[in-house]
Amino acid sequence: MKKITINPVTRANSPFMVEAVISQGKVVEARCSVQFFRGFELILRDRDPRDASYLTERVCGICSSAHGTAAAYALEDAAGVRPPHNGNVLRNLILGADLLQNHIRHFYLLSLPDYVRGPDMHPFVPGYSKDFRLAGRDNEAMLQNYYEALEMARLAHEMVALFGAKAPFPHSILAGGSTVAPTADVVLNFRSKLKKINDFIANRMIVDVHTLAEVYADYYTIGGRTADMLVFGIFPRDQDDRARYFSCGALLEGQVHQVNAQAINEDLSHAWYEHSTAANDGGIGAEKIPNNKGMLNEQTAPNREKKGAYSWVKAPRYNGRAVEGGPLARLWISGDYRHGVSTMDRIMARVLETQKVGQLMAGWLEELRPGEPVYKPFKVPHEAIGVGLTGAMRGPLGHWLRIEKGRIADYRIITPTAWNMSPRDAEGQPGPMEQSLLNTPVADENEPIEISRVVRSFDPCSACATHVIAPGKSLREFIISV
Amino acid sequence: MIEINKFKSIINKGGLAASEATNQLVGSLLAGDKKKHPPVLWLGTNTCAGDSISFLNSLDPGYRAIITDLIDFRYNHFVMSAEGDMATGVLQDILAKFAGEYILIVEGTVPTRSNGLYCVLGQRSGEPYTALAAVRELGMAAGHVVAVGTCAAFGGPYAAQPNPSGGKSVQEVLNRKVINVPGCPVNPGWIVGTLAHLVWYGEPELDKYNRPTLFYGETIHNLCQRRHYFDSGIFASQPGEPWCMYKVGCKGPVTFADCPYRQWNGEHINWPVKANTPCIGCVSPEFPEHTMPFFEHLPDIHLPGITVNANRIGAVTGTLTALGIGSHLAVSIIKGRLPKTVKIGLAPSKPGLEVLQTTPVQVLVDSIKKKLKKKH
Repeated sequence: MKKITINPVTRANSPFMVEAVISQGKVVEARCSVQFFRGFELILRDRDPRDASYLTERVCGICSSAHGTAAAYALEDAAGVRPPHNGNVLRNLILGADLLQNHIRHFYLLSLPDYVRGPDMHPFVPGYSKDFRLAGRDNEAMLQNYYEALEMARLAHEMVALFGAKAPFPHSILAGGSTVAPTADVVLNFRSKLKKINDFIANRMIVDVHTLAEVYADYYTIGGRTADMLVFGIFPRDQDDRARYFSCGALLEGQVHQVNAQAINEDLSHAWYEHSTAANDGGIGAEKIPNNKGMLNEQTAPNREKKGAYSWVKAPRYNGRAVEGGPLARLWISGDYRHGVSTMDRIMARVLETQKVGQLMAGWLEELRPGEPVYKPFKVPHEAIGVGLTGAMRGPLGHWLRIEKGRIADYRIITPTAWNMSPRDAEGQPGPMEQSLLNTPVADENEPIEISRVVRSFDPCSACATHVIAPGKSLREFIISV
Repeated sequence: MIEINKFKSIINKGGLAASEATNQLVGSLLAGDKKKHPPVLWLGTNTCAGDSISFLNSLDPGYRAIITDLIDFRYNHFVMSAEGDMATGVLQDILAKFAGEYILIVEGTVPTRSNGLYCVLGQRSGEPYTALAAVRELGMAAGHVVAVGTCAAFGGPYAAQPNPSGGKSVQEVLNRKVINVPGCPVNPGWIVGTLAHLVWYGEPELDKYNRPTLFYGETIHNLCQRRHYFDSGIFASQPGEPWCMYKVGCKGPVTFADCPYRQWNGEHINWPVKANTPCIGCVSPEFPEHTMPFFEHLPDIHLPGITVNANRIGAVTGTLTALGIGSHLAVSIIKGRLPKTVKIGLAPSKPGLEVLQTTPVQVLVDSIKKKLKKKH
């Protein structure tokens, strides 16, 4: 028995730590720990609800559009307003472009260095030295594509900027719609960039992932777990949001179910938080919020010294089960890919999803109607509750908003990485990433690259992971719109 | 330096992407006679990694040319191959071998609660290595310290009220000069330009907030393509309209950055006002606390006896938008503490520019107090 600590896990959106106990060359126990806390939801309180789209984008620099979108949905829900047709399509295009950016960057910049030998220069060295299996020619080709991918990711962010003002943190995702008129010149520019990216995906990325899957085929059996997954749905098909291109659904032991909001719970037994009434290390955020609607009335407060806790992430559970989110979950529930649940399946699904979204986007461009409105003005309600559900690149994302006296009285964010990277719950059940690490073979305890490969297949993002939410309450006000 | 004939042959050579050849050319141009190639450590503290991503979006030069020919990019958790103790070891190695030479870039706020345990970057001897300790230790021995992004430069969103992590700017935890390159995120041109200046010419000229004047020397309002709409009184009444965004909450009048010229992403294709949305003042020391509500203009507050002009309205905007934030801020306004950039906005214009009459701060303060009294 030996304990390995990887701290920081790099090539992730903000570092985190993995501790793994190794016995007879395999992981027998794993803990994933997010090592930082910002308290975004506390910061959002008492502010103008319209500001939430911009402010929550700052939760994450790599999936900012997803937060902007969830915030826009939440406020639209609260205000009872729907965006115009163009507004919905434009927001889909912005989020879609950001998804392309994320997936291309994740696959090439963040994942591939675990499989491809990099050039002999910083920051590629130092690095692990073992188990790089690609033949010299393939390795070189993939390295060239690494640099090409940088250009493609940048190009995808240019697409975000065309309709979104800038990236990261696009301004044009707002409750009420979007803001840039889809004129022919901009549509043409967007289409041209999209075509370059789609060509890259088809001719390089798809090829590369298949090469990778062939050479590292054992990773179809490493990093596996039960097919327990969750998708909130992503990309509304029309402005009334009656259906989405990626459907909302819960997968339990491989069976697709409708999502039941009552089944969502959060556990904080192993997270660095206390109930508001308990002791904490300073009391910030410990104030109680009046419970006038029977909702989320309990508050939690950060407590870094809490005994038995090991992460800033709480443990969301669905029907008491640890469920994962991300491209594999989305493709599984939409029926596009049901090969298995493993490290390589997650990577494969991510690349296939990149291709699917790129192709869908070409179609969305056709739906734009030049000359028609992109934004619908609305009034911020005095008192209201709104929920915005979508998918970030790495899994289900929910924003929950309560407005009192026209201000944000309470704001909650349920992030993908909270689902994926959650710690143990009160029953001792590990989170999905922790479960996936079990039985992972580790050839060299000084270079535990196998662990890194499993962990990175989730596209971990601790930037979005830490938040504050009420413990032990089912979020029964959740409105699942699909 | 690559010769033009060779460049042409590279371009013409089948199978080699043009962008790759361009990158090689740009790379060799960049290197030129500039032999310096300083080690750069880029620490992500409490950050969303948005500045790292934005840095990767740099077009000319691209990331590949930057790390090949401008800097020796040793540490950045987003792109480096190493992890765990191997990664943390890079920091210790640089500290031992390149003290006084390396450039330390910090992205994110530095949390101070629980002795910095709200952000742990790694471990040393099995103990948590906090961002607070790393910034202090590596900051003191660096040749230059650059705070990239508004979080590192001024605190930014994570240090906004009630600042649950006790987040501070780099300058607040480090007793030495810090060059601030703010932005939420930073524009790649700002950070890569600052790095090039540091490598080639040394420290750039800085303003009173230690921002390079090269990028932060003039207000967005004065550089804005839509300035003529403002001067003509043609205002958008909601986001999405193609006119002056001032009444939709634009903070351009009190925000010092070259966004209208530089614009964002790759080919410099867009920026918030061009996209029919307000500037939210993301490079300002007060962002977001004093530039919120982002869409609030509050035109109903009148300042009797004051003739309106552009600079004045700018100052008024910055102050009045602060009104909507909440009681903690209202108190500071009543006490007469105005947001810092508003004070700059009220300062006399630079020589060479038209000198405009400024708004007396007290008039603003009085009218705000009056407004608050009515409200309660």
